[in-house]
Amino acid sequence: MTTQPSVTGSGSSGSPDPGLSPRSSQPRVITTGFLVGRVVVLGIVAALALYAVPPLIESESWLALGVVGVATLIVTYAYLSTRHVPAKYLIPGTIFLIAFQILPVLLTVSTAFTNFGDGHRGSKEDAITAIQTGSVTQVAGSPEYNLTIALRDGKLVFLLVNPTTKSVQAGTADGLSEVTGAELGITGKVLAAPGFEVLNGATAAERGKEISDLVVPTEGGAIKANGLSRAFEGKTSKRYRADCDCVTDAETGQKWVADADIGSFVDDNGQALAQGWQVNIGLANFTRVFTNNTISAHFLAVFVWNVVFALASVLTTFVLGMIVALALHSPRVRGKKTYRTFLVLPYAMPAFAMLLVWRDMFNTDFGLINRLLGTDIDWIGQPNTARFALILMNLWLGFPYMFLVTTGALQAIPKELVEASTVDGASPWQGFRRVTLPLLLVALTPLLISSFAFNFNNFNAIRLVTNGGPYAIDNASVGATDLLISYTYRVAGFDTGTADFGFAAAISVFIFAIVATISVVAFRRTRAQEEVYS
Amino acid sequence: MIRWLKRVGWRHLVLLLTVAFALFPIIFVLSAALNPLGTLSSSELIPTGASLDNFENLLTRPDLHYQRWFVNSLVISLASSFASIFLSFCAAYAFSRMRFAGRRIGLLALLLIQMFPQFLAIVAIFIIFTNVTELYPAFGFNTPWGLLLLYLGGALGVNTYLMKGFLDTVPKELDESATVDGATHAQIFFRIILPLVAPILAVTAMLAFIGTMNEFLIANVFLLEPESKTLAVGMYGMLVGDVRNGNFGMFAAGTLLMAVPTVGVFLWLQKYIVNGLTAGAVKG
Repeated sequence: MTTQPSVTGSGSSGSPDPGLSPRSSQPRVITTGFLVGRVVVLGIVAALALYAVPPLIESESWLALGVVGVATLIVTYAYLSTRHVPAKYLIPGTIFLIAFQILPVLLTVSTAFTNFGDGHRGSKEDAITAIQTGSVTQVAGSPEYNLTIALRDGKLVFLLVNPTTKSVQAGTADGLSEVTGAELGITGKVLAAPGFEVLNGATAAERGKEISDLVVPTEGGAIKANGLSRAFEGKTSKRYRADCDCVTDAETGQKWVADADIGSFVDDNGQALAQGWQVNIGLANFTRVFTNNTISAHFLAVFVWNVVFALASVLTTFVLGMIVALALHSPRVRGKKTYRTFLVLPYAMPAFAMLLVWRDMFNTDFGLINRLLGTDIDWIGQPNTARFALILMNLWLGFPYMFLVTTGALQAIPKELVEASTVDGASPWQGFRRVTLPLLLVALTPLLISSFAFNFNNFNAIRLVTNGGPYAIDNASVGATDLLISYTYRVAGFDTGTADFGFAAAISVFIFAIVATISVVAFRRTRAQEEVYS
Repeated sequence: MIRWLKRVGWRHLVLLLTVAFALFPIIFVLSAALNPLGTLSSSELIPTGASLDNFENLLTRPDLHYQRWFVNSLVISLASSFASIFLSFCAAYAFSRMRFAGRRIGLLALLLIQMFPQFLAIVAIFIIFTNVTELYPAFGFNTPWGLLLLYLGGALGVNTYLMKGFLDTVPKELDESATVDGATHAQIFFRIILPLVAPILAVTAMLAFIGTMNEFLIANVFLLEPESKTLAVGMYGMLVGDVRNGNFGMFAAGTLLMAVPTVGVFLWLQKYIVNGLTAGAVKG
């Protein structure tokens, strides 16, 4: 809701102030429209700021607060001032662009220089806490508590009752805190407590995993649940020692020393503890693409197929779309409207659903294609047929768009040019080859390039149809139809849960560099930039 | 006759073949949706029966929330396409009509930023929205508003270029004479330019609508609760794993229903689409 008013607000500041126009020399008139517009804009900006600020103060996010403050000032200034007219039109879109496009890109780039991923998610303190609390074991004679599972602000809390003193404490991952005013039942469990929502047995049992994962740090160790109604305070066997910056195991005496370069605690044999922290590892993620032999072999193979796929998609859709547009581009053809209606239908159908339908049409056992052809081909299961199937279905999805844009471009080519070539004795083919096609290409190159960029990252087609497969028996991390982007997705661990975000971010940066380079070069070569900038 | 074949006949041949290619998956979907058995293995190209069972199942089965998904998709897509068209048209207007410092850089930057698909930054987006969910739950995960904000991040982009190209063809004399008559830039924007370019706005809005309806990846990460899903995310779940063969009829029915709004608007706007997409091809 908050976005739209500001959007209209920017426009509805539509108010007569001729001072804005450099060509105008009329004196400035203050009208009701002007005042209303400004008041509306200011009101929306103030309301947004008021909405955004309190949570930021509460969570002590001073940097974010500063950003909000500066942004508010800039926006207020831009719409109150009578100058900077372009800014008034550019600001609304730019705010979204910065927040949800540029900022994520910058964050991705900075992630590419870290080891962010599973086991390296948080700070060093988080890692130490996790290592210490993860090694809790119950020792004989350690204190026990009556446990009640409760929620506070939607978060899981342990209500712990000391069986002898009957004092009640609330335990979270942050530690213990006293609870006053709790009502105890006859079994020694908490029945109700102000500010807490006590869960009954069935509801608590549903969250069993969360409950057994919750560890409440205490001075001497940590408290863990033992079932749903008992909790014990155990000792941590692994302790962090600040003097040697290392973790030691009290039982075995083993020692892991912090290695700031890789963000892990490492023992003498080079074995690291599973829990590490996030550190800057420089260019390691980027060089890994080239130095790690398995990855660089994948990367090259995936890259080649990626280029082939994008080029083939653009070429086949453009050629078919153009042929159909040319066929329809004649006053003699009847039923134009009907043809056009049927031809654009694939474009209007929901693409993601049709991709899944195509996948099922290529199904080996009961797919339509095999039944129509009377064959028994494992289309999706073999590298080359899977690639063919992908390009064919991409052709089906994409040619109507090319048909539409070519039709438009054909209408813009003056008939006299083609007629003149005919008068000069050129055959229809020559006329097309020498006159129509070059003119078409001039008009459509920008669209072809953006189509290439789109297909270069056409994750939907791959993910929904082949999911990168088929895979070689000995290698499950890269498939025959994987694009760089679907490969990245797998490396980032969205499927498997073993995430390597830093490396995935590095591949993202590579993909971006490749697509951007190709596009910029292509734009330059076709001098399309002149048109873009005109 | 031969002359006719040579000049017109081949055109019909090409057109008919392509129409057949364009239609056969759609006919397959249609007959699968009408197929009373509702499984993939029993679906043929030519309908083998006619029943609305699949549609009924789709709308009444308790574990599916098809109506809910449909409404979610419509709301998000409509809101997102209108808002993003407004944002990008404002920008296109500034880029087309005004000359200011940073204009060329701005255009080039827009072009390049677009090359970085939002999805590549999904990890970063995930981190950002984890924070947003904590600070402002109303715009966090599982909310349509959060997803909408995210989609608007890509508002300035291809559409801006398309519209700028179109605006460049609208004669500047119109603005100039209006300025002489004492109109302000805002009056020109709303009273003169906006009505003139309404067709391309309708077309780009429709393309944005189709794009958002089909967006699957970000929504899949963003919307986890069954109730908050969009059609793309929800229907994908219908064809996963073992249920894939058995649910096919319902899936086909869902696809057809989903296509109804878009195909309708598409046919309605058909003649504008051709003109709109090729930006400079037409004037006014």
